[in-house]
Amino acid sequence: MAIAVRRVSKRFGDFVALDSVSLAIAGGSLTALLGPSGSGKSTLLRVIAGLETPDEGDVAISGDDATGLPPQKRGVGFVFQHYAAFKHMTVRDNVAFGLKIRKRPKQEIRSRVDELLGLVQLDGLADRYPSQLSGGQRQRMALARALAVEPRVLLLDEPFGALDARVRKELRTWLRRLHEEVHVTTVLVTHDQEEAMEVADRVVVMNHGRIEQTGKPRDLYEHPANEFVMSFVGPVNRFGETYVRPHDLELRLESNGSTEEAMIERVVHLGFEVRVELVLPDGRRALAQVTRDEAEQLDLDEGQIVFVRPNRTTVFSEAATPPG
Amino acid sequence: MSSRLALRTVALGYLALLLILPIGLIFFRTFEDGFGPVWDALTDPDTIHALWLTILITLIAVPANTIFGIAAALMIVRQRFRGRTLLNAVIDLPFALSPVVVGLALILVYGRTGWLGGWLNANGIRVIFALPGMVLATIFVSLPFVVREVVPVLREIGTEQDEAAWTLGASPFATFRRVTLPAIRWGITYGVVLTTARCLGEFGAVSVVSGKLAGRTETLTLRVENEFQQFDLVGAYTASVVLAILAFAVVLAMNLFRRETDGDRGAARQQAVR
Repeated sequence: MAIAVRRVSKRFGDFVALDSVSLAIAGGSLTALLGPSGSGKSTLLRVIAGLETPDEGDVAISGDDATGLPPQKRGVGFVFQHYAAFKHMTVRDNVAFGLKIRKRPKQEIRSRVDELLGLVQLDGLADRYPSQLSGGQRQRMALARALAVEPRVLLLDEPFGALDARVRKELRTWLRRLHEEVHVTTVLVTHDQEEAMEVADRVVVMNHGRIEQTGKPRDLYEHPANEFVMSFVGPVNRFGETYVRPHDLELRLESNGSTEEAMIERVVHLGFEVRVELVLPDGRRALAQVTRDEAEQLDLDEGQIVFVRPNRTTVFSEAATPPG
Repeated sequence: MSSRLALRTVALGYLALLLILPIGLIFFRTFEDGFGPVWDALTDPDTIHALWLTILITLIAVPANTIFGIAAALMIVRQRFRGRTLLNAVIDLPFALSPVVVGLALILVYGRTGWLGGWLNANGIRVIFALPGMVLATIFVSLPFVVREVVPVLREIGTEQDEAAWTLGASPFATFRRVTLPAIRWGITYGVVLTTARCLGEFGAVSVVSGKLAGRTETLTLRVENEFQQFDLVGAYTASVVLAILAFAVVLAMNLFRRETDGDRGAARQQAVR
């Protein structure tokens, strides 16, 4: 295991940030820690990096106990949400920082930095200052800086959180490709389920300082362990104890024994996907998701009465185990 | 248009009346009777000694308060400890306290019959009416400047750059030298300039603890007062002009330093625009 976290707890005053968390991360993988703010995901990342000392538990990196080690000696690369660029240094000096600290020969530093700038597509910008770069460029510089020291694990704390939506999507895809190339064990913290699902091989869902579920993106979506995971990894309708994903809610124009009546409150066109907001006779609301073609066929309009039927439902037992 | 003109007239008039006119008059009066008397006043051994003493005190007080100021600012911003708020409040005390009170307080502690003074005197160390007392008084009154300039800068930069440096392998000292210090250098520079100006111009506290002996414990500001009271107007004006020139030199040096360190950056920025 590249990273092994065992029974780690951390409090800040009365607030429990991590509650006896254990986690194993395989070498070469890209894992996402996913959760709402205050779920402990960033604290867990900072504990792995040595930037936060756990109250209890231990951390091992590449099999060596790292619990008592300062961040300097853990062999981790860390990327911050707000870049943490050294503003008084050029891009080149930023990337070279770790190598200069290690007193590598000048020639080696130069060629290594050039190579990394090529990798993160910043060649030609070596002599700029961070203030002259866009947010996306700054974050790629920060990534090159972290990779320069050849870390055993790369830790990314909401790396795209400060960027606008379009750049964010671009960088996501780019990060995935970079990971195929470099293959360093990577842990990414995010509150964006789409980002986690798209980039990571494995997703760890966290809430209230605990891990709710760990699994492949598809498993989490199809077999969520509990209500929290179910509703966090995608939109969901709740009917009593039954949960239905919006795309599993079938819309028809005629009633048949098993359907329920509903009125269309709003139709939202999002390109391929069309979102239909419904009100049931008892006042409950529901969300259905259909394709553009389906919406056209049914000729959906606001105020119209339709009949809905769940195609696939999930019910969680008391023990909150995934359905069999 | 006319309101803008009025604003300018008021602002410039205010400056002229309060700043430019009095300082200009000092220069004018100094050289009214030509260079001869000014030269005599300048080469008076007591004036030379006063100038030297002022510079010496400044050269001790400024580094002391710079080092203390950076350390105190780091503590206030980055550490959580009991009494942090108290420390933060106490640092402003020299701003609020009249320098005369500071001088008297120092006499109470270090004077011949003072709290520590008796012991020091018995061991042959004179603080009051000697250089150490004057240095202490100057340090006291100029203490807050570096702290107050550095604290907001430290708050603004946060700790992420430091943390990034740690994960890249930099020791706490290397991180301070290569990351923190360059990030706060403008706060420090401005704090040093203000401290220097205050040290050069300090009068009240130093006046109380110095004894004002010409040629021995007389700084430039004390000399101005002394000569003025003895109706040696050219002497008083000359010392004033020397003080004013020192102050200009400090401000000028800061601006030159600023242009030099920002030079390559400005050029790079222009290139980026193109």
